[in-house]
Amino acid sequence: MDVLHKVPVREQDPKVRATNFDEVCLGYNKDEAVEEANRCLGCQNAQCVKACPVSIDIPGFIKEVKEGNFEEAGYVIGRSSSLPAICGRVCPQETQCEGKCIRGIKGEAVSIGKLERFVADYARENGIKPRKPDASNGRKVAIIGSGPAGLTCAGDLAKLGYDVTIFEALHEAGGVLVYGIPEFRLPKDEVVKKEIENVKSLGVKIETDVVVGKSVTIDDLMEKEGFEAVFIGSGAGLPRFMGIEGETASGVYSANEYLTRSNLMKAFRDDYDTPINPGKKVAVVGGGNVAMDAARTALRLGADVHIVYRRSEEELPARVEEVHHAKEEGIKFDLLTNPTKILVDENGWVSGMECIRMELGEPDESGRRSPVEIPGSEFVIDCDTVIMSLGTSPNPLISSTTKGLDINKRKCIVASEETGATSKPGVFAGGDAVTGAATVILAMGAGKAAAAGIHEYLTNK
Amino acid sequence: MYRILKACNLASNIFLMDVEAKRVAAACEPGQFVIVRIDERGERIPLTICDYDREKGTVTIVVQTIGASTTRMQELKAGDSFLDFVGPLGKPSEFVNEDIETLRGKKILFVGGGLGTAPVYPQVKWLHEHGIDADVIVGAKTKDLVILEEEMKKVAGNLYITTDDGSYERKGMVTEVIKYLVNEQGNKYDVCVAIGPMIMMKFVCLLTKELGIPTIVSMNPIMVDGTGMCGACRLLVGGEVKFACVDGPEFDGHLVDFDQAMKRQSIYKTEEGRAMLRQQEGATHSGGCGNCR
Repeated sequence: MDVLHKVPVREQDPKVRATNFDEVCLGYNKDEAVEEANRCLGCQNAQCVKACPVSIDIPGFIKEVKEGNFEEAGYVIGRSSSLPAICGRVCPQETQCEGKCIRGIKGEAVSIGKLERFVADYARENGIKPRKPDASNGRKVAIIGSGPAGLTCAGDLAKLGYDVTIFEALHEAGGVLVYGIPEFRLPKDEVVKKEIENVKSLGVKIETDVVVGKSVTIDDLMEKEGFEAVFIGSGAGLPRFMGIEGETASGVYSANEYLTRSNLMKAFRDDYDTPINPGKKVAVVGGGNVAMDAARTALRLGADVHIVYRRSEEELPARVEEVHHAKEEGIKFDLLTNPTKILVDENGWVSGMECIRMELGEPDESGRRSPVEIPGSEFVIDCDTVIMSLGTSPNPLISSTTKGLDINKRKCIVASEETGATSKPGVFAGGDAVTGAATVILAMGAGKAAAAGIHEYLTNK
Repeated sequence: MYRILKACNLASNIFLMDVEAKRVAAACEPGQFVIVRIDERGERIPLTICDYDREKGTVTIVVQTIGASTTRMQELKAGDSFLDFVGPLGKPSEFVNEDIETLRGKKILFVGGGLGTAPVYPQVKWLHEHGIDADVIVGAKTKDLVILEEEMKKVAGNLYITTDDGSYERKGMVTEVIKYLVNEQGNKYDVCVAIGPMIMMKFVCLLTKELGIPTIVSMNPIMVDGTGMCGACRLLVGGEVKFACVDGPEFDGHLVDFDQAMKRQSIYKTEEGRAMLRQQEGATHSGGCGNCR
């Protein structure tokens, strides 16, 4: 056995997968999982656990995998996480658990993410359900938003015996897991829906089509509907645009719109009504995970795709694995390049994008070297579609309709990192609504902290 | 599931439905809209609210069949259900939160074009219930497309109906009626609310700007989620990007860039996207000008 390297994981061939929406990574089988598990040193003072936002007992579950007790491994993870099949797929393990793995000092870290995924997939494929919580204590808690923060918070509270209802604005539960992250990275029917079913099997109710702040206010939920505490996990919000000329032209999308049409509304399938104009030559502006998702979706819809990013490859905020996958599939990267103007034809459609070359200057407050324009280096990228993937700014729907809920100058909800408590008694918050756009696992960590915070608040009330 | 309690045709291609949706009925105000989905494979279709009954827990919608989705919707009968009916979305009309005494001192003119008559109705009704009678102009292409006439008569101060072809009441565009009321009748209006096809709202705004009447329009661009997430509904208002779903749908008509909005409205009008277009326009174009096929 090669202890220095991970057991390689099987993936769909790049040429084949560039034309389909099936999952890219195929995951470990039993033998591969056991072999990889045996690379774990089972550290007493496990650094990986400390680096996990939801503190999964990583050596504990891997020990069960080593011994072939896959079901028990699932219960060990289940004590800390309600969404293991999702986390095993989309967490940035390289900067969290695997980033702190002692094996990684000399050689490669243990493939914790792929092992978690294996355990979760095994449980699902073998019909193993999470253990039922103790009897209900009858106390009602409302959760706003059914994304990773809300689902985690709901799952933890249900395990403690609370009567939990999730309110979801869209017609389907899952938040960014269903509208944002594409099928080929996170299968919706097989993985996301099943994981949500597991949360529901703990007794959690989900009411879709309720826009809190519009259909009902937080004050109404607490005063008229008997909820003793509320958790706000409403997500990031309004997509940002650059403010350059031509940005309202036809053929310019936010990544959110492009991905929502394809993922949530299934526009890529002929048997669904929602249309999408995939574009033939697509330019995606931005370098984060969402930009990679949009680019790889456009590619699968048949487009020739360029990613335009103003810094260099080193600064790309997307996960290395996603960048690697994108390149393998044939996506071109125009780095150190920034759009200056979107060119528009006489019918109001995108006909190209004027860009300028950049060079890296001094580091800015984020520690990344800030890009500076090279005068006179303007050029035009030939494209018919532009997808802006520049992050989001908070949605005012809830903050503007809830009395006594403080927001900061970036308009994010102010909440304690330890307990999720906001300025309004009984109201807690976490995830992107508090931090601005971040990752699935950080939102889950916040949901988990808030569940503990709500439990403490209600116990002492 | 959201049960349809009543379904009837107002014109050959315009129909009305009362839908049971308790949360929406309890919370909605004039000026807001809903998003409806027929079934699992359907689009999310934004529709303006025409009326609501808080006690019965029902919301009334008026829809024009333009594409595949709305044609499918018209086939539904009382007793059938929508899979999704979410709202109320967008901000209520500004006057809902105005001081009622100040409001009583104002002279308000409403202009409803085609299907735009439907979202005008709850606003006029709300004012009527608060003791304010507004003047209302209803415009339609032809006699058969004049909708909600009886209902409107009961709540409007003065009702002026005009048809493009002169087949009913006055002949000509709504702008002709505005000119008549202001220039010939000497009426003075503090505010005008115009809802209808974009091209109508554009020309009403050009005229009211000339006449010095502040004007509010209700925009109905392409939308997907309707909660501020996707940005599909962005418009240029006073040179700034605004999202119709969370910042609107009502805006200062004198600041809206209608030409840009109309171009965006036709995103799905490519040759190969013609079939898609019909669905898309049916889904999002509640103006109902009848010219957008």
